Amino acid sequence: MGRVVLVTGISRDIGRRFARAATGDPSIDRVIGVDVVPPRGDVGDVSFVRADIRNPVIAKVIAKEDVDTVVHMSVIATPGSAGGRGTMKELNVIGSMQLLAACQRSATVERLVVKSTTTVYGSGPRDPAMFTEDMGPKRLPSSGYAKDVYEIEGYVRGFARRRPDVDVTMIRAANVVGPHVSSPLTNYFRLPVIPRVLGFDPRLQLLHEDDLMRVLRHAATNGVPGTFNVAGDGLLTLSQAVRRLGTPSVALPRFAVGRLGSTMRQARVSDFSPEQLGFLTYGRGVDTTRMRTMLGFEPQFTTAEAFADFCRSVAPAAKEGVGRA
Amino acid sequence: MPEKARRRDGEDAVVIPIGTGGRPGRGSGSARPSSAARNLAPSSRKAPSAKAPSAKAPSVKAPSAKAASGKPSAPRKKARADGARTTAPADEAVAPPPADDPAATAPPTTGIPVGEWLAAAQQAAQEVFGADWERRAAELMAFVRRRLEGDYDVDDYGFDRELTERFFMAALRPIAKKWFRLEVRGLENIPAEGGALVVSNHSGTIPLDGLMTMLTVHDHAGRFLRPLGADLVFKLPLVSSLARKGGATLACTEDAERMLSDGELVGVWPEGFKGIGKPFSERYKLQRFGRGGFVSAALRTGVPIIPLSVVGAEEIYPLVGNVPSLARLLGVPYIPITPFFPWLGPLGLVPLPSKWILEFGEPIRTDAYEPGEAEDPMLVFNVTDQVRETIQHTLFDLLRDRGGVFG
Repeated sequence: MGRVVLVTGISRDIGRRFARAATGDPSIDRVIGVDVVPPRGDVGDVSFVRADIRNPVIAKVIAKEDVDTVVHMSVIATPGSAGGRGTMKELNVIGSMQLLAACQRSATVERLVVKSTTTVYGSGPRDPAMFTEDMGPKRLPSSGYAKDVYEIEGYVRGFARRRPDVDVTMIRAANVVGPHVSSPLTNYFRLPVIPRVLGFDPRLQLLHEDDLMRVLRHAATNGVPGTFNVAGDGLLTLSQAVRRLGTPSVALPRFAVGRLGSTMRQARVSDFSPEQLGFLTYGRGVDTTRMRTMLGFEPQFTTAEAFADFCRSVAPAAKEGVGRA
Repeated sequence: MPEKARRRDGEDAVVIPIGTGGRPGRGSGSARPSSAARNLAPSSRKAPSAKAPSAKAPSVKAPSAKAASGKPSAPRKKARADGARTTAPADEAVAPPPADDPAATAPPTTGIPVGEWLAAAQQAAQEVFGADWERRAAELMAFVRRRLEGDYDVDDYGFDRELTERFFMAALRPIAKKWFRLEVRGLENIPAEGGALVVSNHSGTIPLDGLMTMLTVHDHAGRFLRPLGADLVFKLPLVSSLARKGGATLACTEDAERMLSDGELVGVWPEGFKGIGKPFSERYKLQRFGRGGFVSAALRTGVPIIPLSVVGAEEIYPLVGNVPSLARLLGVPYIPITPFFPWLGPLGLVPLPSKWILEFGEPIRTDAYEPGEAEDPMLVFNVTDQVRETIQHTLFDLLRDRGGVFG
C-alpha cells in the first residue's frame, strides 16, 4: 500500500514537474494535483482536481481520496502571474490557512511538506553570514512575498503544535535556478543588461531545480519533521555570477535600481520586488548542516554548478538577442 | 685653464671651413647649398652635419659606428646588460634607431637579428618579473583571465582569497613598510593553526590599524586574519563589498563562533567606534570593551585570546573636533575634524607618518573553562578586564619604548 500524495500549485511549472516526478516513485501510489487553473504541460499519471484551496472544497478532496501526504507548493513569489498583489496575498495566506484547516480535520493525513524559502530571513546589513534554521529575520518583512511566507510559516508551526501526530517538514529552499525556472531571480539574470547596486556585491546561494525536486520527494517519502534550509554548497558573489554569465552589467545607485525595478515591473519586463532589491544589495547565505545531518539529503549541484547549468540555458538566448539586434 | 678653453673655442671657429654653422648655403645668402658644400656632401644632406660640428661628434658618431657594424654592437650590448641590470632599458632605448639606417644602405641581414629582439624582450620581462619571469608572467595573465571570467572562489563569508593576497595586501605593504615603518613584536604568540581570537585596541579615526594588523598577520604568520566589523561597515556602499572580499564579517555572536570553530584566526576590536573616534586628547586610553561578547565567543569555542597592542595609529589623524549634528544626519558615528581635514581637502586625508609598533601578547587560554561557563557573566567580565588590562599596560610600555611619535 503506497502513499497518496496531494500536490497543490500544480499549474505552475515546478509543481507540475514535481507531481510528474512523484508518480514515478515506487513508494507513491497516486498523485493528485490541485490548482485553480489546469496545468499547461503534460501531467502524466497525475490526477488533476480543479479546486481552489481558498475555499473548503479542498477538505472534501482530502477526505475523498484518502490523502496521507500533502505537499504544499502553491506559495507564489510574484503578483504578476496571479493578477495583483491582493490576489497573490489571498492565494498565499488564505489558501495556506484553508489547506491547513483541511489537514487538521483530516484523519488520514500523516505528513505535510511545505515548500518555503530562505527569503523569510530577509537581507540586510545586520545579517549574520549564514542563517541557521533557528534564526528569524533581523527585521520583520513589511510586505510582499517575504511577509506572506513569514505568515504562512507561522500558521504551519501552529498546525504542527495542534497536530503533533502529523510530520511537518518545512523546506526553506534557497533561490532556485535552472534552465526551466522562471523566477524573479532568473528573470533578472536573463535581462540583456544586468543592473547592479553600486558599491555592493551580495553573496548568492542557489539551489538547482533538480535538487528542489529531489528534496521535496525525499521529504514526502521519508517524513522527517522539522525546518530545513536547503541550498547548494558554496556561494557566488553577484559580480562573479555576472562575469560567469558573460552579460554586460551596469552599476547604479540603490535608489536608481529600485526605480528601474518598479518601472520594469509596470512594463511587465521583469518582476523586481522590494525584497529582491534587498537581496541584490546585501545577499544571504544559509547554513545547511541540518539538511545533511537530520534530513539526510545531499544536493547534487553546488551553487556554482547550478549557476553554470543555468548559464548554459541563457547563453543561446543571449546570442540570439545579439543576432536580432 | 679658462684661457685654454677660449683658445680651443677660437680653433673651433677656424676649423669650420665655410662658416655655415651646419646650414648649407648660408655664406652665399642663397637657400641652396653652395657648390663647395655640395661637393662635400656627395650622397645626402646628412653628410655636412656629420662632418661639421666637432663638438657634437661623440653623440652622432656612436650610432653611426654601431650602424656600420651591426654585429659588434650586439655582444657589447649583451655584456653591458649582464653587467648592470639597471642600464639595460636605457641601452635598449638607444638601440632601435640605428636599425633603420643599415636597412637603407646595406642588405637587411646586417640589422639587429630577430634573436636579439627576443633577447631584449626577455630582458625586459626579467626586469619586471624577476628571475622566473616566464612563470610569473603566465600567472599574471591567468589571474587577469580568471578575474574577468569570474572563475575564482569565495568562501561562505564572501572572502576572496586571491584578490586579497594579490591586490589588497600588495597595496597595503608599502604603506606599512615605508610610511608607518611597522615594527612587530611577539609573533610567536600567533598560533600556526587552529582558531584564535586576536583582540586589539582601536584608534585612528579610520580603521587603518585593522588593515595593518591583517597585513602583519598575513606577512609574518602566514595566516589570514578575519576581522569582525560593525554593521555600519556592511551598510556603506563600496566599503561593504571590499570588507567581505577582504575576509571580514559582521561582529555578531553567530559569525564569531562559526569562524572560530572553523579554525580561523579572528580579529576583533571591542572598543568599536568609541575607540576609533575618541578625541586626540584621550589617546592610548582604552575605552569600554563592549559587552564582552568576544570573550563569551572564545569561551564557548575554547580558543585562546591573543591581546594585541597597537601604538602609532592614534597619531595618524589627530581628531580634534566632531560635528555631531551632521554625523547624525548622515547616520555615521562621527564626522572627524583634524588639524588638516577638512581644511586641506583631500590632502588632509593623508595620514601622518607616525611610527607604529604592534605587539602580540601572550595568549590567554580559555580551554580550561567549561563551554557552559560562557553563560557566567562574572567570569566573562573578569576575562574581559584581564584582556583590557594587558593591552593597556603593553600600550604604556610600548609608548615608552617608541620615543618620538615620528621616530
